[in-house]
Amino acid sequence: MKAWITTSLTAILLWGGNAWGDKTLLNVSYDPTRELYQQFNSAFTKHWESKTGEKVAVKQSHGGSGKQARSVIDGLDADVVTLGLAKDIDEIAEKASLLPADWQKRLPHNSTPYTSTIVLLVRKGNPKNIKDWDDLVKPGVAVITPNPKTSGGARWNYLAAWEYGKRTYGDDAKAKEFVAKLYRNVPVLDSGARGSTTTFVERGIGDVFISWENEAFLAIRELGPDKFEIVAPSISILAEPSVAVVDKVADKKGTRTIAEAYLRYLYSDTGQEIAAKNFYRPTNAAIAAKYASQFPRIKLFRIDDAFGGWKNAHKLHFADGGTFDQIYQK
Amino acid sequence: MGTFRQHSVLPGFNLALGFTLLYLSLMVLIPISAAFVRTAELTLPEFWNVVMTPRVLASYRLTFGASFAAALVNAIFGLLVAWVLVRYHFPGKKLIDALVDLPFALPTAVAGIALTALYAGNGWIGQYLEPLGLKVAFTPAGVFVALTFIGLPFVVRTVQPVLEDLEPELEEAAATLGANRLQTFLRVIFPAIFPAVITGFALAFARAIGEYGSVIFIAGNMPMISEITPLLIITKLEQYDYAGATALAVVMLVISFVLLLIINLLQWWSRSRSSSSV
Repeated sequence: MKAWITTSLTAILLWGGNAWGDKTLLNVSYDPTRELYQQFNSAFTKHWESKTGEKVAVKQSHGGSGKQARSVIDGLDADVVTLGLAKDIDEIAEKASLLPADWQKRLPHNSTPYTSTIVLLVRKGNPKNIKDWDDLVKPGVAVITPNPKTSGGARWNYLAAWEYGKRTYGDDAKAKEFVAKLYRNVPVLDSGARGSTTTFVERGIGDVFISWENEAFLAIRELGPDKFEIVAPSISILAEPSVAVVDKVADKKGTRTIAEAYLRYLYSDTGQEIAAKNFYRPTNAAIAAKYASQFPRIKLFRIDDAFGGWKNAHKLHFADGGTFDQIYQK
Repeated sequence: MGTFRQHSVLPGFNLALGFTLLYLSLMVLIPISAAFVRTAELTLPEFWNVVMTPRVLASYRLTFGASFAAALVNAIFGLLVAWVLVRYHFPGKKLIDALVDLPFALPTAVAGIALTALYAGNGWIGQYLEPLGLKVAFTPAGVFVALTFIGLPFVVRTVQPVLEDLEPELEEAAATLGANRLQTFLRVIFPAIFPAVITGFALAFARAIGEYGSVIFIAGNMPMISEITPLLIITKLEQYDYAGATALAVVMLVISFVLLLIINLLQWWSRSRSSSSV
């Protein structure tokens, strides 16, 4: 029922768009990519028009990554999805069969045109002298991070801390102890990254905010370098926000060629430059080298190597009764 | 049968009833039954496991407890506000009257952010409360504050018209018959407005149970302590656990329905009692 309403509403919207004679793409993305895709869309529409003479309008939709995926499952007509974690696109493939299960193999770098990582944002001058993950479990340090069960982005935070604990103290049991100690230092569990930013920045709660690197840079740019600084931990996770064409929607709307070109353009020099300017790490080696000085040097590990992919990580840590739930059970 | 065939003074009963049923079905029954259908994907033991875990039980206690407390406070102070707005004349009365509706109109997220800003440790109010050891924001007390805020207009707006209709002559008559002020209030005024207060209470209570937007910012959302049930529903949805989410929704629905039914019975009882005593 809900799916039907969403579909028909979107159909009406798109029909309205097509009445102008232009092709319309809908890019369903997650929260912090708003500025990135504003710039990228205008670059792409220019590129596409000069190449093919065809005018294309790209609409963007932003929200929590999981919520956006659910909208697509429920019938939001997204030509492409650009979400915060592969797991959310997997769910679209699994629950609604809108794209093949092996979608991640279709584009380079696991369908990840740009990456990021998890860093620590502290108050100016770093009053609690936070240098690395193990400083977060010290008594008297208040840590701000969203609930990994409601925030897809925050699952990267959790996994980064877990792997640090595992590598430093030896095994998964020790890692769990470490993460449990860390979350005992969390006074507020917001439901999303935006809420946590408000808690840390506006409410003044917490000494350290576990954040995506690109969002930490954005926060500093917007709020001023006189208030916060970034601490790079010794190791962290390579955050891989993935992109995919939603086959069934694109075929139905006849936009597959443009949708595929749109995503491939993310890998072009122009696309990579735009990503870098928005503080995402480019995957193109040449562009990455050009912007290398912008990003702190951190030893990065991949979720596939450390946790055997999202499916396993989710089942073990974030599903009901997983390690995160166990932390809070007495 | 005979009474059924009799034509009412008002025409169009069949049409009106048909429309009412259709409208209620489209707007209320179908969405709710969708929740029940989704839940049916679970077996009974699975359902029980989902809705009876300690963390979920803690969230019921907070949701229903805080909603009940907030509605109770609103019933008392809302009555007071309605009384002042109806019985006294003072400059700025229209303005205050309009202010009462503000929690209706304000997006709940805005209310939540504003309240959190006020009650956080660095907020206008929070900075004076925290040294006293009173933490409001990011504790269950914050949930109560948010629910009180959003529930106020319901009591005021239901009691106000009843108070306005209450004739002053009744009180004068009570006074001439020797009743003191307390007696007049308890025996004459209160029975007349009690059903309206209960309605207001029920509305504020129901609203509070379903509230999400404003609470989520101020609650702190700590498992076992300050998580409300709607947040757990969202949590389950974030994990694509549609059946689990609707299972919780069904439990909330059933509890809310039973509570509202009890409140309605109470109202019916008080109304029949006050009319028989007149």
